[in-house]
Amino acid sequence: MNVINFVSSFFGESAHWHGYDGIPTRLWEHVQYSLEALVLAAAIGLPIGLLTGHYGRGGNVLSLVATAGRALPTFGLLVVTTIALGFGMLPVMVPLIVLAVPPILVTTYEAMRSVDPPPVDAARGMGMSESGIMLRVELPAALPLILGGLRSAAIQIVSTATIAAYVSLGGLGRYIVDGLYQHDYEKVVGGATLVAGMALATLGLFWALGRAAVSPGVRRSN
Amino acid sequence: MNRFFDIPSDLQHDWLGLIVVHLREALLPVLGGLLLALPLAQLCVRLRWLYPPVLWVTTVLYAIPSLAFFVVLIDYTGQTELTVMIPLTVYSLVVLVPAIVDGVRSVPQETLAAATAMGFGPVRRYVQVQLPIAVPAILAGLRVATVSSISLVSVGMLIGNQGALGNLLHDAQIYNRPELAWNSVITSAALAVLADGALVVVRVLLTPWMPGAKRGAKSRTAGARPESAAVPALEDAAR
Repeated sequence: MNVINFVSSFFGESAHWHGYDGIPTRLWEHVQYSLEALVLAAAIGLPIGLLTGHYGRGGNVLSLVATAGRALPTFGLLVVTTIALGFGMLPVMVPLIVLAVPPILVTTYEAMRSVDPPPVDAARGMGMSESGIMLRVELPAALPLILGGLRSAAIQIVSTATIAAYVSLGGLGRYIVDGLYQHDYEKVVGGATLVAGMALATLGLFWALGRAAVSPGVRRSN
Repeated sequence: MNRFFDIPSDLQHDWLGLIVVHLREALLPVLGGLLLALPLAQLCVRLRWLYPPVLWVTTVLYAIPSLAFFVVLIDYTGQTELTVMIPLTVYSLVVLVPAIVDGVRSVPQETLAAATAMGFGPVRRYVQVQLPIAVPAILAGLRVATVSSISLVSVGMLIGNQGALGNLLHDAQIYNRPELAWNSVITSAALAVLADGALVVVRVLLTPWMPGAKRGAKSRTAGARPESAAVPALEDAAR
């Protein structure tokens, strides 16, 4: 298997572990891009999803927005935003956010809609305010699904943040893009392994987050 | 505006030709994925223990960035359309398998029992009862898979102009013609939206028993929305 050979020689090369093009630096850059994009996408998707889901309105508009967001080719969007805005962080963030908002938005909306109605009615009967119902009854009950949406957005961001390298930024995509131009497949495969590993770590992180944040009662009923 | 559709000759296709190539590179993988996912999903329904590991494997494969996937495959399949289509097929599995499994599993036990009592064998029961009832869930999965497949093809540009409409992105840069990049993005997005709409029509045609136009009723009762109920599970998987 030459792929495995590539991987072992990539990670065995000590030069890959130091300096501005070393694995720790690139990994950290990748984490930064991904986190920034995820936080921004969540800041857009979560509130809108929570509100529309709570009031049960605008589902059709949301699914239109989500389809439109998914339909926009991420890579093409990157090139277009770079042409329009020049090089920098912003042109990379726009496509990543467009990529990540649809899953967060749609899942949050559907999660809030699928909360069992009796507890919500009980809360309303006890005189809780609408915001209290939304944040203290519906949100905890919908949390497992909402986290699922965030997780899929995070994985998409992690594996797509590689495109930042195409417009001269860093991150793990650097290895893939550079390796491609240098015909250095060892580098490409090494970079791909790192990205896939990071995506798996993201899966694990969200699993742990689910264990920590979802209330035991909700977890049991699922 | 004339320059908008003036495609450089190095791409060897006009605008319509690029659209045809783009659709071929995007839709064949979804079709292949569906053909693979149907038996795989049936296996997962039959053998319950198989489902979690299958989900794990597809999720891991799906975490590989498309560009890296292409590059690794070049070694085996060269700089061809096939190199673009194989990863897209694999990605579509991650959406389609859960969609089909959830759809088939959502068939009520009584319905299955009724079919068995009417003398349906396992194969006939699967084809004539389980699959039709699972159609809304399967098509919801197909929609997500198709739309993301269409938007992912463009990345194929990076491995030597195998990205159909995505190739315009490269030409936009080397010929300094930004309108070609806009053309690529807008055309590809429009194709995705049209394909999505076409699948909605297919769903309505295949499920004449479902209220097609009257969806979006304001009731909060669960179970009334079989199609959207499958959405959170799918979003898990959508790239």
